[in-house]
Amino acid sequence: MKVKIACRRVSGGRAKGPALVSREPISFLGCVDPESGRIVDPDHPLFGRSLAGAVLIFPGGRGSTVGSYVIYQLKRRGAAPAAMINIKTEPIVAVGAIISDIPLVDCVSEEILEIKDGVEVEVDSDLGHVITAD
Amino acid sequence: MEILAALGDIFGAERLIPIKSVQIAGVSFKNIGEAGLEWISEMEGNVAVKSVLNPAGMDLLRWREMGISEEFASRQLAVVEAYRKLGISTDCTCTPYQIHPDMARRGDHLAWSESSAVAYANSVIGARTNREGGPSALAAALVGKTPYYGYHLDENRAPTLGVRVECDLAGSDYGALGHIVGKVVGGGVPLFRLPGRPTQEELKALGAAMAASGSVALFYVEGLISPPADSGENEERMTIEMDEIRDVYRMHSGEGSELVALGCPHCSVPELEAIAGQLRGREVEKELWICTARAIAKSRPDLVESIERSGAKVICDTCMVVSPASERYRKIMVNSGKALNYIPGLCGVMAGFGSTEECLRAATGRD
Repeated sequence: MKVKIACRRVSGGRAKGPALVSREPISFLGCVDPESGRIVDPDHPLFGRSLAGAVLIFPGGRGSTVGSYVIYQLKRRGAAPAAMINIKTEPIVAVGAIISDIPLVDCVSEEILEIKDGVEVEVDSDLGHVITAD
Repeated sequence: MEILAALGDIFGAERLIPIKSVQIAGVSFKNIGEAGLEWISEMEGNVAVKSVLNPAGMDLLRWREMGISEEFASRQLAVVEAYRKLGISTDCTCTPYQIHPDMARRGDHLAWSESSAVAYANSVIGARTNREGGPSALAAALVGKTPYYGYHLDENRAPTLGVRVECDLAGSDYGALGHIVGKVVGGGVPLFRLPGRPTQEELKALGAAMAASGSVALFYVEGLISPPADSGENEERMTIEMDEIRDVYRMHSGEGSELVALGCPHCSVPELEAIAGQLRGREVEKELWICTARAIAKSRPDLVESIERSGAKVICDTCMVVSPASERYRKIMVNSGKALNYIPGLCGVMAGFGSTEECLRAATGRD
Protein backbone atom coordinates (compact mmCIF):
# COMPACT_ATOMS: atom_id res chain seq x y z
CA MET A 1 0.00 0.00 0.00
CA LYS A 2 1.21 3.45 -0.87
CA VAL A 3 1.45 6.21 1.71
CA LYS A 4 1.37 9.89 0.79
CA ILE A 5 3.10 12.31 3.16
CA ALA A 6 2.64 16.07 2.92
CA CYS A 7 5.78 18.24 2.89
CA ARG A 8 7.07 21.68 1.97
CA ARG A 9 8.78 22.43 -1.33
CA VAL A 10 12.25 23.93 -1.00
CA SER A 11 13.80 23.03 -4.36
CA GLY A 12 11.39 22.07 -7.13
CA GLY A 13 11.12 18.93 -9.24
CA ARG A 14 10.11 15.28 -9.06
CA ALA A 15 12.29 12.21 -8.65
CA LYS A 16 12.26 8.71 -7.20
CA GLY A 17 14.81 6.25 -5.97
CA PRO A 18 15.74 3.90 -3.15
CA ALA A 19 15.68 5.48 0.31
CA LEU A 20 18.97 6.13 2.09
CA VAL A 21 18.32 7.23 5.64
CA SER A 22 20.65 9.03 8.05
CA ARG A 23 19.52 9.87 11.55
CA GLU A 24 22.55 12.18 11.85
CA PRO A 25 22.84 15.55 10.09
CA ILE A 26 25.25 15.61 7.14
CA SER A 27 28.10 18.09 6.65
CA PHE A 28 28.66 17.83 2.91
CA LEU A 29 32.09 19.51 3.16
CA GLY A 30 34.36 16.91 4.66
CA CYS A 31 31.77 14.15 5.11
CA VAL A 32 31.06 13.36 1.43
CA ASP A 33 33.55 12.69 -1.36
CA PRO A 34 32.47 15.16 -4.08
CA GLU A 35 33.75 12.90 -6.88
CA SER A 36 32.19 9.55 -5.92
CA GLY A 37 29.29 10.56 -3.68
CA ARG A 38 30.47 8.22 -0.92
CA ILE A 39 30.31 9.14 2.76
CA VAL A 40 33.97 9.29 3.76
CA ASP A 41 33.66 10.42 7.37
CA PRO A 42 34.35 7.26 9.41
CA ASP A 43 32.34 8.69 12.31
CA HIS A 44 29.19 9.01 10.20
CA PRO A 45 26.62 6.16 10.42
CA LEU A 46 26.46 6.00 6.60
CA PHE A 47 30.26 5.67 6.26
CA GLY A 48 31.12 3.94 2.97
CA ARG A 49 27.62 4.27 1.46
CA SER A 50 27.03 6.12 -1.80
CA LEU A 51 24.46 8.90 -2.12
CA ALA A 52 24.28 8.54 -5.90
CA GLY A 53 20.73 8.11 -7.19
CA ALA A 54 19.25 7.68 -3.71
CA VAL A 55 16.44 9.57 -2.09
CA LEU A 56 18.51 10.87 0.80
CA ILE A 57 16.50 11.30 3.99
CA PHE A 58 18.26 13.13 6.85
CA PRO A 59 17.43 15.70 9.53
CA GLY A 60 19.34 18.57 7.83
CA GLY A 61 22.78 19.88 6.99
CA ARG A 62 25.46 21.32 9.19
CA GLY A 63 29.00 22.76 8.91
CA SER A 64 30.54 24.97 6.25
CA THR A 65 28.48 26.81 3.64
CA VAL A 66 30.98 25.43 1.10
CA GLY A 67 28.84 22.28 1.45
CA SER A 68 26.43 23.84 -1.09
CA TYR A 69 29.17 23.64 -3.72
CA VAL A 70 29.89 20.02 -2.83
CA ILE A 71 26.25 19.14 -3.61
CA TYR A 72 26.65 20.95 -6.93
CA GLN A 73 29.84 19.04 -7.70
CA LEU A 74 28.10 15.72 -6.90
CA LYS A 75 25.41 16.60 -9.43
CA ARG A 76 28.00 17.44 -12.07
CA ARG A 77 29.76 14.13 -11.50
CA GLY A 78 26.53 12.13 -11.63
CA ALA A 79 27.01 11.18 -7.98
CA ALA A 80 24.24 13.26 -6.40
CA PRO A 81 21.12 11.97 -4.65
CA ALA A 82 18.03 11.85 -6.89
CA ALA A 83 16.13 13.86 -4.27
CA MET A 84 16.51 14.90 -0.64
CA ILE A 85 14.10 14.98 2.30
CA ASN A 86 14.92 16.94 5.47
CA ILE A 87 13.06 17.20 8.75
CA LYS A 88 14.01 20.88 8.83
CA THR A 89 16.31 22.14 6.14
CA GLU A 90 18.89 24.92 6.50
CA PRO A 91 20.69 27.21 4.02
CA ILE A 92 23.59 24.90 3.12
CA VAL A 93 21.47 22.03 1.83
CA ALA A 94 18.70 24.31 0.52
CA VAL A 95 21.09 26.40 -1.58
CA GLY A 96 23.00 23.29 -2.69
CA ALA A 97 19.80 21.63 -3.89
CA ILE A 98 18.57 24.73 -5.72
CA ILE A 99 21.80 25.41 -7.59
CA SER A 100 22.02 21.70 -8.49
CA ASP A 101 18.38 21.18 -9.56
CA ILE A 102 17.82 18.45 -7.01
CA PRO A 103 14.28 18.20 -5.59
CA LEU A 104 14.33 18.98 -1.85
CA VAL A 105 11.42 18.99 0.58
CA ASP A 106 11.19 19.44 4.33
CA CYS A 107 8.69 19.92 7.16
CA VAL A 108 7.93 16.22 7.43
CA SER A 109 7.55 14.41 10.75
CA GLU A 110 10.50 12.53 12.21
CA GLU A 111 8.73 9.27 11.39
CA ILE A 112 10.19 9.64 7.91
CA LEU A 113 13.50 8.51 9.44
CA GLU A 114 11.84 5.10 10.07
CA ILE A 115 11.72 4.31 6.36
CA LYS A 116 13.94 1.32 5.57
CA ASP A 117 16.97 1.79 3.34
CA GLY A 118 16.27 0.67 -0.22
CA VAL A 119 12.50 1.18 -0.12
CA GLU A 120 11.38 3.11 -3.18
CA VAL A 121 10.42 6.70 -2.39
CA GLU A 122 9.00 9.27 -4.76
CA VAL A 123 9.42 12.96 -4.03
CA ASP A 124 7.18 15.45 -5.82
CA SER A 125 8.36 18.79 -4.57
CA ASP A 126 6.04 20.83 -6.77
CA LEU A 127 2.94 19.06 -5.48
CA GLY A 128 4.38 19.03 -1.95
CA HIS A 129 4.25 15.33 -1.20
CA VAL A 130 6.36 12.22 -0.74
CA ILE A 131 4.98 8.82 -1.75
CA THR A 132 6.36 5.62 -0.29
CA ALA A 133 5.34 2.02 0.23
CA ASP A 134 3.85 1.38 3.67
CA MET B 1 16.16 34.58 -7.05
CA GLU B 2 15.02 31.07 -6.19
CA ILE B 3 17.81 30.87 -3.62
CA LEU B 4 16.63 34.06 -1.90
CA ALA B 5 12.97 33.02 -1.95
CA ALA B 6 13.82 29.60 -0.49
CA LEU B 7 15.94 31.14 2.26
CA GLY B 8 13.17 33.59 2.99
CA ASP B 9 10.71 30.69 3.33
CA ILE B 10 13.01 28.67 5.57
CA PHE B 11 13.45 31.57 7.96
CA GLY B 12 9.90 32.85 7.71
CA ALA B 13 10.84 36.15 6.06
CA GLU B 14 7.81 38.16 4.94
CA ARG B 15 9.60 39.69 2.00
CA LEU B 16 12.89 40.65 0.42
CA ILE B 17 14.43 44.04 1.22
CA PRO B 18 16.81 46.17 -0.85
CA ILE B 19 20.44 46.14 0.25
CA LYS B 20 23.27 48.65 0.03
CA SER B 21 26.14 46.28 -0.68
CA VAL B 22 27.34 42.69 -0.76
CA GLN B 23 30.52 41.02 0.41
CA ILE B 24 30.99 37.55 -1.03
CA ALA B 25 32.81 34.66 0.64
CA GLY B 26 33.80 31.57 -1.28
CA VAL B 27 36.79 33.03 -3.11
CA SER B 28 39.80 31.00 -2.01
CA PHE B 29 40.13 28.04 -4.37
CA LYS B 30 41.42 26.11 -1.38
CA ASN B 31 37.94 26.32 0.14
CA ILE B 32 35.52 26.19 -2.81
CA GLY B 33 37.42 23.80 -5.10
CA GLU B 34 36.46 22.83 -8.65
CA ALA B 35 32.75 22.66 -7.79
CA GLY B 36 32.59 26.24 -6.61
CA LEU B 37 34.57 27.46 -9.61
CA GLU B 38 32.22 25.62 -11.97
CA TRP B 39 29.12 27.10 -10.40
CA ILE B 40 30.39 30.68 -10.33
CA SER B 41 31.65 30.40 -13.90
CA GLU B 42 28.18 29.46 -15.09
CA MET B 43 26.46 32.44 -13.50
CA GLU B 44 25.39 35.19 -15.85
CA GLY B 45 24.34 38.77 -15.37
CA ASN B 46 25.57 41.77 -13.50
CA VAL B 47 25.48 42.67 -9.84
CA ALA B 48 22.80 45.17 -8.84
CA VAL B 49 24.72 46.72 -5.93
CA LYS B 50 28.33 47.36 -4.96
CA SER B 51 29.88 43.94 -4.32
CA VAL B 52 33.35 42.93 -3.21
CA LEU B 53 35.16 39.65 -2.60
CA ASN B 54 36.56 37.94 0.46
CA PRO B 55 40.29 37.08 0.47
CA ALA B 56 41.58 34.67 -2.17
CA GLY B 57 44.03 31.82 -1.61
CA MET B 58 47.06 33.86 -2.70
CA ASP B 59 48.41 37.31 -3.47
CA LEU B 60 46.98 37.70 -6.97
CA LEU B 61 50.23 39.25 -8.23
CA ARG B 62 53.04 37.87 -6.04
CA TRP B 63 51.81 34.29 -5.64
CA ARG B 64 55.10 32.80 -6.82
CA GLU B 65 56.91 34.40 -3.87
CA MET B 66 54.42 32.69 -1.58
CA GLY B 67 55.36 29.29 -2.99
CA ILE B 68 51.95 28.77 -4.66
CA SER B 69 51.87 26.19 -7.47
CA GLU B 70 51.10 27.17 -11.09
CA GLU B 71 48.12 24.84 -11.01
CA PHE B 72 46.55 26.41 -7.93
CA ALA B 73 47.28 29.91 -9.22
CA SER B 74 45.53 29.28 -12.54
CA ARG B 75 42.41 27.97 -10.78
CA GLN B 76 42.45 30.84 -8.29
CA LEU B 77 42.78 33.45 -11.04
CA ALA B 78 39.88 31.76 -12.86
CA VAL B 79 37.71 32.13 -9.74
CA VAL B 80 38.46 35.84 -9.45
CA GLU B 81 37.90 36.34 -13.18
CA ALA B 82 34.51 34.59 -12.99
CA TYR B 83 33.43 36.98 -10.25
CA ARG B 84 34.83 40.00 -12.13
CA LYS B 85 32.68 39.12 -15.15
CA LEU B 86 29.61 39.54 -12.97
CA GLY B 87 30.66 43.11 -12.18
CA ILE B 88 32.08 42.32 -8.75
CA SER B 89 35.00 44.38 -7.50
CA THR B 90 38.06 42.15 -7.16
CA ASP B 91 39.28 43.80 -3.97
CA CYS B 92 39.80 40.55 -2.10
CA THR B 93 39.51 41.57 1.52
CA CYS B 94 37.84 40.65 4.78
CA THR B 95 37.75 44.37 5.73
CA PRO B 96 35.84 46.09 2.90
CA TYR B 97 34.75 48.78 5.36
CA GLN B 98 38.39 49.93 5.59
CA ILE B 99 38.55 50.74 1.90
CA HIS B 100 34.92 51.47 0.90
CA PRO B 101 33.24 53.34 3.78
CA ASP B 102 30.23 53.95 1.51
CA MET B 103 29.41 50.24 1.40
CA ALA B 104 27.96 50.33 4.89
CA ARG B 105 26.60 53.21 6.92
CA ARG B 106 24.52 53.13 10.06
CA GLY B 107 21.09 51.63 9.42
CA ASP B 108 21.95 50.18 5.98
CA HIS B 109 20.83 46.65 5.16
CA LEU B 110 23.62 44.49 3.72
CA ALA B 111 24.30 40.92 2.62
CA TRP B 112 27.84 40.23 3.79
CA SER B 113 29.43 36.82 4.26
CA GLU B 114 32.80 37.13 5.93
CA SER B 115 32.08 36.55 9.58
CA SER B 116 34.42 39.23 10.99
CA ALA B 117 33.10 41.83 8.55
CA VAL B 118 29.54 40.88 9.50
CA ALA B 119 30.37 41.39 13.19
CA TYR B 120 32.00 44.76 12.43
CA ALA B 121 29.18 45.98 10.17
CA ASN B 122 26.47 45.08 12.69
CA SER B 123 28.30 46.14 15.83
CA VAL B 124 30.67 49.00 15.02
CA ILE B 125 29.05 50.58 11.97
CA GLY B 126 25.47 49.91 13.07
CA ALA B 127 24.41 48.42 9.72
CA ARG B 128 22.33 45.21 9.50
CA THR B 129 23.37 41.93 7.96
CA ASN B 130 23.04 38.20 8.51
CA ARG B 131 26.00 35.89 8.03
CA GLU B 132 25.50 34.92 4.40
CA GLY B 133 26.94 31.85 2.71
CA GLY B 134 28.84 32.31 -0.56
CA PRO B 135 25.96 31.37 -2.92
CA SER B 136 23.31 33.34 -1.03
CA ALA B 137 25.56 36.44 -1.01
CA LEU B 138 26.14 36.09 -4.74
CA ALA B 139 22.42 35.68 -5.32
CA ALA B 140 21.77 38.80 -3.23
CA ALA B 141 24.36 40.71 -5.27
CA LEU B 142 22.66 39.83 -8.55
CA VAL B 143 19.17 40.66 -7.27
CA GLY B 144 20.10 43.60 -4.99
CA LYS B 145 17.91 42.23 -2.20
CA THR B 146 18.01 39.85 0.72
CA PRO B 147 15.33 38.06 2.78
CA TYR B 148 14.11 40.19 5.68
CA TYR B 149 14.83 38.07 8.76
CA GLY B 150 17.41 37.53 11.50
CA TYR B 151 19.70 40.48 12.24
CA HIS B 152 17.73 42.76 9.89
CA LEU B 153 14.99 42.84 12.53
CA ASP B 154 15.14 44.73 15.85
CA GLU B 155 13.64 41.78 17.70
CA ASN B 156 16.76 39.68 17.02
CA ARG B 157 19.25 42.38 17.97
CA ALA B 158 18.78 42.39 21.74
CA PRO B 159 21.80 41.48 23.91
CA THR B 160 21.73 37.97 25.41
CA LEU B 161 24.79 38.08 27.69
CA GLY B 162 26.32 40.90 29.72
CA VAL B 163 30.14 40.78 29.88
CA ARG B 164 31.93 42.93 32.43
CA VAL B 165 35.65 43.31 31.82
CA GLU B 166 37.55 44.24 34.97
CA CYS B 167 40.99 44.93 33.49
CA ASP B 168 42.50 47.38 31.02
CA LEU B 169 43.01 45.81 27.63
CA ALA B 170 45.07 46.82 24.61
CA GLY B 171 45.67 45.49 21.09
CA SER B 172 45.67 41.70 20.84
CA ASP B 173 44.08 41.43 24.32
CA TYR B 174 40.82 42.10 22.50
CA GLY B 175 41.42 39.03 20.35
CA ALA B 176 42.00 37.01 23.52
CA LEU B 177 38.81 38.44 25.03
CA GLY B 178 36.83 37.51 21.93
CA HIS B 179 38.35 34.03 21.94
CA ILE B 180 37.04 33.48 25.48
CA VAL B 181 33.63 35.12 25.12
CA GLY B 182 32.79 33.56 21.73
CA LYS B 183 33.03 30.08 23.25
CA VAL B 184 30.56 31.02 25.97
CA VAL B 185 28.07 33.09 24.00
CA GLY B 186 27.99 30.86 20.86
CA GLY B 187 25.52 32.47 18.48
CA GLY B 188 24.25 34.99 21.04
CA VAL B 189 24.69 38.75 21.33
CA PRO B 190 27.16 39.90 24.02
CA LEU B 191 27.06 43.36 25.59
CA PHE B 192 30.46 44.50 26.92
CA ARG B 193 31.14 46.86 29.77
CA LEU B 194 34.78 47.86 29.34
CA PRO B 195 36.94 50.12 31.50
CA GLY B 196 38.40 51.92 28.47
CA ARG B 197 37.29 52.84 24.98
CA PRO B 198 38.63 50.44 22.34
CA THR B 199 39.97 51.63 18.98
CA GLN B 200 38.36 50.59 15.67
CA GLU B 201 41.15 48.05 15.23
CA GLU B 202 40.53 46.58 18.67
CA LEU B 203 36.80 46.27 17.96
CA LYS B 204 37.64 44.58 14.67
CA ALA B 205 39.84 42.05 16.51
CA LEU B 206 37.21 41.44 19.20
CA GLY B 207 34.40 40.74 16.72
CA ALA B 208 36.59 38.58 14.49
CA ALA B 209 37.64 36.38 17.41
CA MET B 210 34.07 35.92 18.66
CA ALA B 211 32.82 35.10 15.16
CA ALA B 212 35.45 32.35 15.02
CA SER B 213 35.30 30.78 18.49
CA GLY B 214 31.52 31.28 18.52
CA SER B 215 29.25 32.41 15.71
CA VAL B 216 28.74 35.96 16.93
CA ALA B 217 27.34 38.30 14.28
CA LEU B 218 26.48 41.21 16.59
CA PHE B 219 27.89 42.58 19.83
CA TYR B 220 27.56 45.79 21.80
CA VAL B 221 30.08 47.86 23.71
CA GLU B 222 28.59 50.21 26.26
CA GLY B 223 29.12 53.78 25.10
CA LEU B 224 29.05 52.91 21.39
CA ILE B 225 25.91 51.81 19.56
CA SER B 226 22.93 51.15 21.83
CA PRO B 227 20.75 48.04 21.62
CA PRO B 228 17.14 48.47 20.39
CA ALA B 229 15.12 50.44 22.94
CA ASP B 230 12.82 47.62 24.07
CA SER B 231 15.56 44.99 24.57
CA GLY B 232 15.12 45.00 28.35
CA GLU B 233 17.71 43.91 30.89
CA ASN B 234 19.58 40.77 30.01
CA GLU B 235 19.87 38.37 32.90
CA GLU B 236 22.96 36.36 32.14
CA ARG B 237 26.28 37.90 33.08
CA MET B 238 29.92 36.97 33.06
CA THR B 239 33.03 38.75 34.31
CA ILE B 240 36.46 38.63 32.68
CA GLU B 241 39.64 39.24 34.65
CA MET B 242 43.22 39.72 33.53
CA ASP B 243 44.20 36.16 34.52
CA GLU B 244 41.84 34.73 31.92
CA ILE B 245 43.28 36.99 29.20
CA ARG B 246 46.82 35.98 30.21
CA ASP B 247 45.81 32.31 30.05
CA VAL B 248 45.06 32.63 26.33
CA TYR B 249 48.64 33.77 25.72
CA ARG B 250 50.06 31.16 28.09
CA MET B 251 48.16 28.30 26.51
CA HIS B 252 49.27 29.26 23.01
CA SER B 253 52.95 30.05 23.27
CA GLY B 254 54.59 31.31 20.09
CA GLU B 255 57.74 29.32 20.77
CA GLY B 256 58.96 27.29 17.81
CA SER B 257 56.94 29.25 15.24
CA GLU B 258 58.35 29.16 11.72
CA LEU B 259 56.09 31.85 10.30
CA VAL B 260 54.84 35.02 11.97
CA ALA B 261 51.71 36.40 10.30
CA LEU B 262 49.84 39.60 11.14
CA GLY B 263 46.76 41.02 9.45
CA CYS B 264 43.80 38.81 10.40
CA PRO B 265 41.51 40.62 9.73
CA HIS B 266 43.44 42.62 7.12
CA CYS B 267 45.61 45.45 8.50
CA SER B 268 44.32 49.01 8.40
CA VAL B 269 46.59 51.98 7.67
CA PRO B 270 47.12 52.73 11.40
CA GLU B 271 48.12 49.09 11.96
CA LEU B 272 50.61 49.24 9.06
CA GLU B 273 52.01 52.47 10.52
CA ALA B 274 52.52 50.83 13.90
CA ILE B 275 54.17 47.77 12.38
CA ALA B 276 56.44 49.89 10.17
CA GLY B 277 57.43 51.92 13.21
CA GLN B 278 58.32 48.84 15.25
CA LEU B 279 60.26 47.22 12.40
CA ARG B 280 62.38 50.28 11.71
CA GLY B 281 66.07 49.37 11.78
CA ARG B 282 65.33 45.69 12.35
CA GLU B 283 65.76 42.65 10.12
CA VAL B 284 63.62 39.54 10.12
CA GLU B 285 65.13 36.15 10.91
CA LYS B 286 61.91 34.28 10.23
CA GLU B 287 59.31 34.53 7.53
CA LEU B 288 57.05 37.48 8.44
CA TRP B 289 53.81 38.20 6.56
CA ILE B 290 51.78 41.37 6.94
CA CYS B 291 48.39 40.76 5.32
CA THR B 292 46.25 43.60 4.03
CA ALA B 293 43.93 44.70 1.24
CA ARG B 294 45.63 45.74 -1.99
CA ALA B 295 43.90 49.13 -1.89
CA ILE B 296 45.35 49.80 1.58
CA ALA B 297 48.86 48.81 0.48
CA LYS B 298 48.53 50.94 -2.68
CA SER B 299 47.43 53.94 -0.66
CA ARG B 300 50.63 53.87 1.42
CA PRO B 301 53.58 52.64 -0.68
CA ASP B 302 55.91 54.35 1.84
CA LEU B 303 54.71 52.03 4.62
CA VAL B 304 54.97 48.95 2.40
CA GLU B 305 58.52 49.88 1.47
CA SER B 306 59.44 50.58 5.07
CA ILE B 307 58.03 47.23 6.25
CA GLU B 308 59.62 45.24 3.43
CA ARG B 309 63.05 46.80 4.11
CA SER B 310 63.13 44.53 7.17
CA GLY B 311 62.69 41.48 4.97
CA ALA B 312 59.00 41.10 5.87
CA LYS B 313 56.47 40.57 3.07
CA VAL B 314 53.38 42.74 2.70
CA ILE B 315 50.90 40.26 1.26
CA CYS B 316 47.68 41.42 -0.39
CA ASP B 317 44.38 39.76 -1.39
CA THR B 318 44.85 36.81 0.97
CA CYS B 319 45.84 35.76 4.48
CA MET B 320 47.40 33.01 6.56
CA VAL B 321 44.03 31.32 7.13
CA VAL B 322 42.78 30.92 3.56
CA SER B 323 46.06 30.46 1.66
CA PRO B 324 47.49 26.97 1.13
CA ALA B 325 50.92 28.63 1.46
CA SER B 326 50.49 28.41 5.26
CA GLU B 327 50.35 24.63 5.17
CA ARG B 328 54.08 24.11 4.70
CA TYR B 329 54.89 25.49 8.15
CA ARG B 330 54.66 23.55 11.38
CA LYS B 331 53.69 26.48 13.56
CA ILE B 332 52.46 30.01 12.89
CA MET B 333 52.51 32.87 15.40
CA VAL B 334 49.67 35.38 15.19
CA ASN B 335 48.24 38.35 17.10
CA SER B 336 44.67 37.45 16.09
CA GLY B 337 42.08 35.52 18.07
CA LYS B 338 40.40 34.55 14.82
CA ALA B 339 43.56 33.14 13.19
CA LEU B 340 44.40 31.36 16.45
CA ASN B 341 41.08 29.57 16.21
CA TYR B 342 41.13 28.65 12.51
CA ILE B 343 44.77 27.84 11.68
CA PRO B 344 44.87 24.40 13.38
CA GLY B 345 41.67 23.15 11.71
CA LEU B 346 41.84 24.79 8.29
CA CYS B 347 45.60 24.61 7.73
CA GLY B 348 46.59 21.64 9.88
CA VAL B 349 49.25 23.85 11.48
CA MET B 350 49.86 24.72 15.16
CA ALA B 351 49.18 28.32 16.18
CA GLY B 352 50.89 30.54 18.76
CA PHE B 353 49.43 33.78 20.08
CA GLY B 354 51.15 37.01 21.14
CA SER B 355 50.82 40.78 21.00
CA THR B 356 51.90 42.58 17.83
CA GLU B 357 55.11 43.52 19.58
CA GLU B 358 55.81 39.95 20.73
CA CYS B 359 55.11 38.69 17.21
CA LEU B 360 57.55 41.19 15.69
CA ARG B 361 60.13 40.33 18.33
CA ALA B 362 59.75 36.64 17.50
CA ALA B 363 60.21 37.40 13.80
CA THR B 364 63.26 39.60 14.23
CA GLY B 365 64.85 37.58 17.02
CA ARG B 366 65.45 40.73 19.07
CA ASP B 367 64.37 41.16 22.65
